[in-house]
Amino acid sequence: MGRSTNAYRDKKVIAALLEKIAEKQRLLPARSRIMEVCGTHTMSIHRHGLKGLLDAAGVEMVSGPGCPVCITPNEVHEAALGLVTGRENLVLATFGDMTRVPTRLGSLQAAIPAAGSAVKIVYSPEESLALARRGRGTEVVFFGVGFETTIPSIAYTARAAAAEGLTNYSVLSALWVIPPPLKAILDTGDVRISGFLYPGHVSAIIGPAAYEFIARDYGYPGVIAGFEPGDILLGILSILDQIREGKPRVANEYTRVVRPDGNPVARALMADVLEPKSACWRGLGVIPASGLKLRSEYAAFDAELKYGLRIEPRAEDLPGCRCGDVLRGIIGPPECPLFGRKCAPDSPHGPCMVSFEGACLVYHKYGAPRP
Amino acid sequence: MCLGIPSKVIEVDEAFKTGRIDYLGTKIKANFALLDDIKIGDWVIVHAGFAISRLDEDDALETLDILREMADKA
Repeated sequence: MGRSTNAYRDKKVIAALLEKIAEKQRLLPARSRIMEVCGTHTMSIHRHGLKGLLDAAGVEMVSGPGCPVCITPNEVHEAALGLVTGRENLVLATFGDMTRVPTRLGSLQAAIPAAGSAVKIVYSPEESLALARRGRGTEVVFFGVGFETTIPSIAYTARAAAAEGLTNYSVLSALWVIPPPLKAILDTGDVRISGFLYPGHVSAIIGPAAYEFIARDYGYPGVIAGFEPGDILLGILSILDQIREGKPRVANEYTRVVRPDGNPVARALMADVLEPKSACWRGLGVIPASGLKLRSEYAAFDAELKYGLRIEPRAEDLPGCRCGDVLRGIIGPPECPLFGRKCAPDSPHGPCMVSFEGACLVYHKYGAPRP
Repeated sequence: MCLGIPSKVIEVDEAFKTGRIDYLGTKIKANFALLDDIKIGDWVIVHAGFAISRLDEDDALETLDILREMADKA
């Protein structure tokens, strides 16, 4: 399977798919605007030059809220900063992107930790658990950020810590679930979209049924797609078919990874350890049941409770930053006055220019044409 | 963030549901707690150190057939 995947990127295959897309698009009365929900899709679409090619075929791709580093609001980043600068002998472990997000108090990368404290970058949540096992005199807080793709692995660490009786481990939760913000975007009605390209790996956990309400109640076409250029274009073809036939549904073009019932083992683990909470998204504001927190049985591992953190939703960007509007699909990154001037990858002004999947960084890196 | 890497399972410790995977020749530790019955030789998508889904070979080949057929028709 490993060596036979070239067809997903084959020039002839991609050209044929684009031709087919242009052909189907010509049958429609208006240009199509498709929101790619997931930042990994944004990255792939730009990296492979599909953005401009699709534009030429009459299909405009719009980036959605699918970058967890980006949608985590300032107040949560600042709470993490407060912990590591305000408490001694505390290790704050997190994914690399999170350390570079600018806030009113600076970034984790530039912060000066309290005596004996440190910021550690980890690749897997399990590494933070290993840090807690090794350093019994040190408190370890995992600043856990992610969507459903990552959440089960973070839930795993809390369950393992409980089973092992680790008292020096906790999770600062920046855990977000994908369906509620899609509903919020549709309810505000200020984004004109023809359909959704649903995330591939979030869907591997939650399964296609999680998006049924979008087709059924809102009448929007959609497709789950993989991340290779061929996958993405096959997905777009399905959306164009659904528009033409007037039959919106949740298609799955990523069946090699996404099962009809998702990953029930991972979902059971999430449900065992975590429960929904109302949460504040950068750009989108407070959305009911869009975040997760540790259940009361796991309260000892909830950093917010353990350290008495009070995280009040503010949902404000830094002055001038329009990440929030980018995340809602209201503007494209080049329409922000700071883009490429005061805000660039080596001096980011907002999180969308920090994360490898942030729309601003992706546009900056691959030089997409101005809208 | 949600990047997942297709990798081949090369070692399984059934007691701890962990093991190792081969990603383009690099051998890495992985956690298999999110999937039942992982076996050596399985292809999995690994994200942040955890295998989150098993790749289905029949479905993968079917998608490849669709893509090749499209190129042939063009």
